[in-house]
Amino acid sequence: MTELSRIRNFSIVAHIDHGKSTLADRLIQSTNTVSEREMKEQLLDAMDIERERGITIKANTVRIEYIADDGELYVLNLIDTPGHVDFAYEVSRSMRAVEGSLLVVDSTQGVEAQTLANVYQAIEADHEIVPVLNKIDLPAADCERVAEQIEDVIGIDASDALRVSAKSGIGIKETLEAIVTRLPAPGGDAAAPLKAMLVDSWYDAYLGVVVLIRVMDGVIRKGDRIVMMGTGGKYPVERLGVFRPAMQNVDELGPGEIGFFTASIKQVRDTRVGDTITHEKKGADKPLPGFKPSVPVVFCGLFPVDSAEFEDLRSAIEKLALNDASFSYEMETSAALGFGFRCGFLGLLHLEVIRDRLEREYDIELITTAPSVVYHLFMKDGSQTELHNPADMPDPSIVSHVEEPRIKATIMVPDEYLGDVLKLCQDRRGIQLDLTYAGSRAMVVYDLPLNEVVFDFYDRLKSVTKGYASFDYQMEGYREDNLVKMQILVNDEPVDALSMMVHRDRAEMRGRAMCEKLKDLIPRHMFKIPIQAAIGGKVIARETLSAMRKDVTAKCYGGDATRKKKLLEKQKAGKKKMRQFGKVEIPQEAFISALKMDE
Amino acid sequence: MAELETWQEAGFGLYLHWPFCAAKCPYCDFNSHVTARIDQRAWTEAYLSELRRAAAETPGRILSTVFFGGGTPSLMQPETVAAILDEVRRLWPMVNDPEITLEANPTSVEAGRFAGYAAAGVNRLSMGVQSLHDEDLRRLGRLHSAAEAMAAFDIARAQFSRVSFDLIYARQGQTLDMWRSELSTALDMAVDHLSLYQLTIEPGTAFGDRFAAGRLRDLPDDDIAADMYEVTQELCDAAGLPAYEVSNHARPGSESRHNRIYWRGGDWVGIGPGAHGRLGLGGTRMATETELSPALWLRKVTETGNGETLRHGLGLTETAEEYLMMSLRLTEGTDLGRLARLGHRLDDTRVAELEEMGLLQRAGTRLRCTAQGRLVLNEILRRLMVD
Repeated sequence: MTELSRIRNFSIVAHIDHGKSTLADRLIQSTNTVSEREMKEQLLDAMDIERERGITIKANTVRIEYIADDGELYVLNLIDTPGHVDFAYEVSRSMRAVEGSLLVVDSTQGVEAQTLANVYQAIEADHEIVPVLNKIDLPAADCERVAEQIEDVIGIDASDALRVSAKSGIGIKETLEAIVTRLPAPGGDAAAPLKAMLVDSWYDAYLGVVVLIRVMDGVIRKGDRIVMMGTGGKYPVERLGVFRPAMQNVDELGPGEIGFFTASIKQVRDTRVGDTITHEKKGADKPLPGFKPSVPVVFCGLFPVDSAEFEDLRSAIEKLALNDASFSYEMETSAALGFGFRCGFLGLLHLEVIRDRLEREYDIELITTAPSVVYHLFMKDGSQTELHNPADMPDPSIVSHVEEPRIKATIMVPDEYLGDVLKLCQDRRGIQLDLTYAGSRAMVVYDLPLNEVVFDFYDRLKSVTKGYASFDYQMEGYREDNLVKMQILVNDEPVDALSMMVHRDRAEMRGRAMCEKLKDLIPRHMFKIPIQAAIGGKVIARETLSAMRKDVTAKCYGGDATRKKKLLEKQKAGKKKMRQFGKVEIPQEAFISALKMDE
Repeated sequence: MAELETWQEAGFGLYLHWPFCAAKCPYCDFNSHVTARIDQRAWTEAYLSELRRAAAETPGRILSTVFFGGGTPSLMQPETVAAILDEVRRLWPMVNDPEITLEANPTSVEAGRFAGYAAAGVNRLSMGVQSLHDEDLRRLGRLHSAAEAMAAFDIARAQFSRVSFDLIYARQGQTLDMWRSELSTALDMAVDHLSLYQLTIEPGTAFGDRFAAGRLRDLPDDDIAADMYEVTQELCDAAGLPAYEVSNHARPGSESRHNRIYWRGGDWVGIGPGAHGRLGLGGTRMATETELSPALWLRKVTETGNGETLRHGLGLTETAEEYLMMSLRLTEGTDLGRLARLGHRLDDTRVAELEEMGLLQRAGTRLRCTAQGRLVLNEILRRLMVD
């Protein structure tokens, strides 16, 4: 057990690429926490996907021992928090587990939207915040301007910001000293009943479920019988330890300390981030505040390209769900796509991560249907239901009104692209809440419907700003609007997988765009094919795909026969991969491509 | 009635591939090579050796056609052609009026050899004119001008009673009216046969690469190309050269008998680099292939006495579907009796569907494409092929 005054717990808040992981690596290296041989770049981001995307999905932690200038040995616990809005709740729990934050800003770039969301979380958690200007050795570094921007935009004092180059090792010693002298020691009472917050958990092939905790009060020891106050699960503590960053066993963890335990917990699903852990006997009577189960906000259908792989997909999804309580799924049958699953995610990144893992780790080729949000349906008989799939929208005559989820989006962008960003937000039914300037960058805050953002908003934003905009959002609750289900009919047959909820005022425009897109995506057939968008029975847009007129090999002599026949066989096999709707074959990629709007 | 063998039913021909060209055309995906020096004596010997090998397994068959294809066979010396044809006549009995075709490029140099080919026994010339516009000829990578082609054509007409020429249409920047006028000129010149091909962008060719890179612009779209095809049928019909195959037009009776062997599912010997053959042997239809590379072929023939690299028997379904694929190209269509004899039956529902769409037509024991159907033959075949 470490004396409270010798503990400092902190996180690092930064935008992607601003050098968070590199700084963490340097802190670990310079305190000899790991040997040079063990050092891998970006020690803390373990998953392939995390490394590839440069983001952190699971919280990671490391305990650093540091002898400060005052001659004392300090224990510094770094929690590397998830850096994405989809995991905002996880971020908020990680923030509650520490007392201070390093705010890392790239001195060649300045503050980004994503930095803001996390720094506000840190402010909300009452953190002491130490600004760190990174990459100061680059020619484009402009410390004065960026410090000023931190003061203007975030509103914290940046006059004594640390000046660092994590890559070159400049300012690392000063950073460690600042952690000790500028961040507060944790509080807590070792004699009080045990209260530890569940910060994160994951599955380890050898140890089973590993639980990351921050002890608030009391002491947890190996062999203790504990209870999780939210879920009611009771377990004996088998193994207790800290991360350096490899696991190192300890006998006990006291107030202010961060570490892990294992306890024969079978599934990650049995643990909930934010839950309070106490002793089975003489435990705390009240849990820590702020616990809430995570709720999926984005849904989409996942179907195997090869319908024979349905069972493989089921088993893969079950395995992933064991490790991820925030991911939900249920079986879905689509006339178009066969058997699959309707899955719920915390957000778009979460969706992409799960889809990538299914395709990569389980080698299953997937068709992803258009992501949809959860609508609240208020029926005329006074009842209320949730709509997860536009295809399930009941007859409008029995629906009184529909509410949709809204978000508050913060976008930071160089002012030369501001006009395009405003237009994009306006086109997506946004309501401007704020517009401010910090130097040559503008910060706009919009109230937007989540369903307008969920599909390709971020791609569009990147494309209209050439990648210079940063974007973040938070959920802002539900609001009623004039929402209707738009159906797409191909050759007069409705195609469920293309149904969508749209705002009535935008229906014609979206319908036209969809029909035009589909006209290009569906190959010509031997007959002409009407493609229509309809609300209820009323057609609001229509295109006609004309019949195929020419598909013949100009030259086919004796020497060509073998090759031409093989080509026909290959084309015939390719057709089998398409999905059949009545007499029409629709290629798989059409289901997603049709929804992308090129504005 | 005793069953006829395929060579009796649909003819027996000889295809001889000459793989060399003076230049490679950007649209061409045939087995053609540009080389500085050709040892025509060594090549002659190799062809003669291959002829003798082929004759040994086809004794007693009556040969009705010979076709020199390429590459550019008009780069062969007349002596080479004469030596080959002399050996052919020695090895096989021939019909009274054999059709002996040679493909030629219409340059002045090559036209100088036409008399020699005629003397050697060639009685039909197929000329690669491709276009009657100099600018288009340049784009197509051809080495002759339109005027030169016309001059060569006149020489050919003086030497051969049967002369055909090829044109490529649906070219870059070509409009329907431009093609109409070019085809009218061509029909005024035509003797008895025309091959009119829509430009096809084949992968692995210079045009294929350019197309993939988005640098082959102004190609007519499929609708315009289909219009061009229809105009072609109209003008050729009016001029008395109706289509007898997807891209081939002739005065009735002047069809290419050699090529018709392919489309009617007859037998042919294929010799020379990369040549394919089909032979009914012991009740099985054999598919043969030879070494593709000219240098390797020459060495293989010289050293082992056999240029063949592949020989396998086609299964009944394979034979039937190949016959269907080839014969539906012909205006006369497919002999359903022949399919039945191969034990093959088409899916009645699908045939009926295609008939209903106006793409196929059944007349007695024959199944034919309509004019509209012939333009979408690939789709028809994909539907009729066994799943």
